[in-house]
Amino acid sequence: MSGLKIAVCIKPVPSPDQYHRVGIDPRTKTLVREGIPTVINPLDKNALEAALQIREKCGGTVAAISMAPPAAEENLREALAMGADEAYLLSDRAFAGSDTLATSMVLAAAVKKLGPVDLVLTGNESADGGTAQVSAQLGEWLGYPHLMHACGLEVMEDGFIRVDTAREDCRVAYRVKLPAVVSVVRTINKPRFTSLMGVIAAGKKPLSVWTSGDLPVDENFLGLEGSPTKAGDIYQPDLSRRCELLEGSAGEIAGAVLQKLRAAGLQL
Amino acid sequence: MDGKNGLWVIVERSANGFRKVALELLSRGRDLAGRLGEVSGSRPGVWAVVTGPGSAPGTEELYRYGADEVLMVCHPLLEEHRTDLHAAVLADLIRERSPGIVLFGATAWGSEVAPTVAARVKTGLAAHCADLRIDGRGLLVQCVPAFGGKVLGEILCPDRRPQMASVRPGVFQAVPGDAPAGEPLVVRPELDDDDRIKVLEVQRREITGKPLEEAEVVIAGGWGVGSRENWQLLEELAGLLGAAVGCTRPALDEGWTEGEHTMIGTSGKTVRPKVYLGFGISGATHHVVGMKDSGLVISVNTNPNAEIFQFSDFKVVADARAVAEALIAELKAGKTS
Repeated sequence: MSGLKIAVCIKPVPSPDQYHRVGIDPRTKTLVREGIPTVINPLDKNALEAALQIREKCGGTVAAISMAPPAAEENLREALAMGADEAYLLSDRAFAGSDTLATSMVLAAAVKKLGPVDLVLTGNESADGGTAQVSAQLGEWLGYPHLMHACGLEVMEDGFIRVDTAREDCRVAYRVKLPAVVSVVRTINKPRFTSLMGVIAAGKKPLSVWTSGDLPVDENFLGLEGSPTKAGDIYQPDLSRRCELLEGSAGEIAGAVLQKLRAAGLQL
Repeated sequence: MDGKNGLWVIVERSANGFRKVALELLSRGRDLAGRLGEVSGSRPGVWAVVTGPGSAPGTEELYRYGADEVLMVCHPLLEEHRTDLHAAVLADLIRERSPGIVLFGATAWGSEVAPTVAARVKTGLAAHCADLRIDGRGLLVQCVPAFGGKVLGEILCPDRRPQMASVRPGVFQAVPGDAPAGEPLVVRPELDDDDRIKVLEVQRREITGKPLEEAEVVIAGGWGVGSRENWQLLEELAGLLGAAVGCTRPALDEGWTEGEHTMIGTSGKTVRPKVYLGFGISGATHHVVGMKDSGLVISVNTNPNAEIFQFSDFKVVADARAVAEALIAELKAGKTS
């Protein structure tokens, strides 16, 4: 099979290595994430890498799609620099406050508008919200078969792909009929770095912005109003402990540690 | 009794019975149902809903841990790994029987089935809840972690039904009661298959060592362990202490440990052992969320300002290798003397 049309969903997230800087404003009770740069969700890079590898093997095109505020254009440019052929930013105030069902509805609308797409890839979960719900729900909105936890992906003959999935105690290989939605885990590949050539090329690649009016959205499930779940209070759990120092030589420390273990009820 | 407005726990089957997370959810479900009874004047039934190719043995366990009723959903096509078909029958059943609350274990299986069902019945789903409670209006308050657990947010599903949530293994405790076992209700739904999804092969993985979530002592290693050779010392120490070894993502990325399934934290396991011993762990939020409920926490790190120390009862500012070696020597000396 040749020439797959692949769409990759990309979520811009606050950089995951800086979540210790996330906090809550005690006065306004809102989230504080100032100064934390926005990056492509790490697993979405694995999804993009998987798409690029398929394109290199079988031909076709790779489109990057993101439902996000206008600033996400920068993240989509990075996806183009990595090698995506075209990018679509789904941006509209009407999308604000979307939960996973509403988000996946908009993404599905964009995939439909793209025309006959063979494969939709996403990261298994995002680093910030981490629900791991969007890919399956996207598959349901599209009416495509869908699988999660993909650690291997291979195009088979006659419009099928082989998807290897990682579960707690086993690996399960599936044959899935295209079009399909698959979400990938970290072990599937190592995402490539962007080259300077890639960055230069990205400037010339098409990046379109679609608003709600451009898409076949379901008004009943649009944005905050259309989201079944509503966010309530947020808070920061206090997990601090007494943090007492154990000192001395390695041997003395070991003795002290074992004493604590016995005091905690261990039979040593 | 048809389960209307009931509290359902979707039970995932395992090779030798049911996944433990289902028992944990049944116990929590029993508490939630009691609270709903107080708030609304009518206590919903707690239903254990089991899907599979045939009826499952050992259902008395489900009653013991909190189920009032067991609904056994059988069809030959409901093989374990056909999550699509499990989701399809569950969505149909939910539409037919209108439960008020549906809870899933966030295993690989559950985290695939739950959002599929939610999208089919067009309702809300809160992922990986750290807590579930009932508010004064009788709504399910779903407390979900964000930013790797740094922040917790409350999620409500005020209008659509059922209210659905997933919970990772180990978040709630499975508490046996003395309720008598009943007779499971068996339903055999109609189900069609096509060629869209087919299981080609299943490779079981031998899991060596003690399961993390059952160990009394957990030894966790992070990037500060430094090498594969040093990691062996942690394994040796674990052998002497009867402990299980867990890891952080950086240690996994370094390839010092083979097991994705031994990762502790937001996207891995939640552990609450009697004792947690951390070696070379920085204390990233992602990890802390998975170990915060441990009994005694002792951490070793060369960095006196390591974040993990804030979450520890005792801190040791030293090299992981030196402390591990000294502990091994002490334990060996103790065994021979």
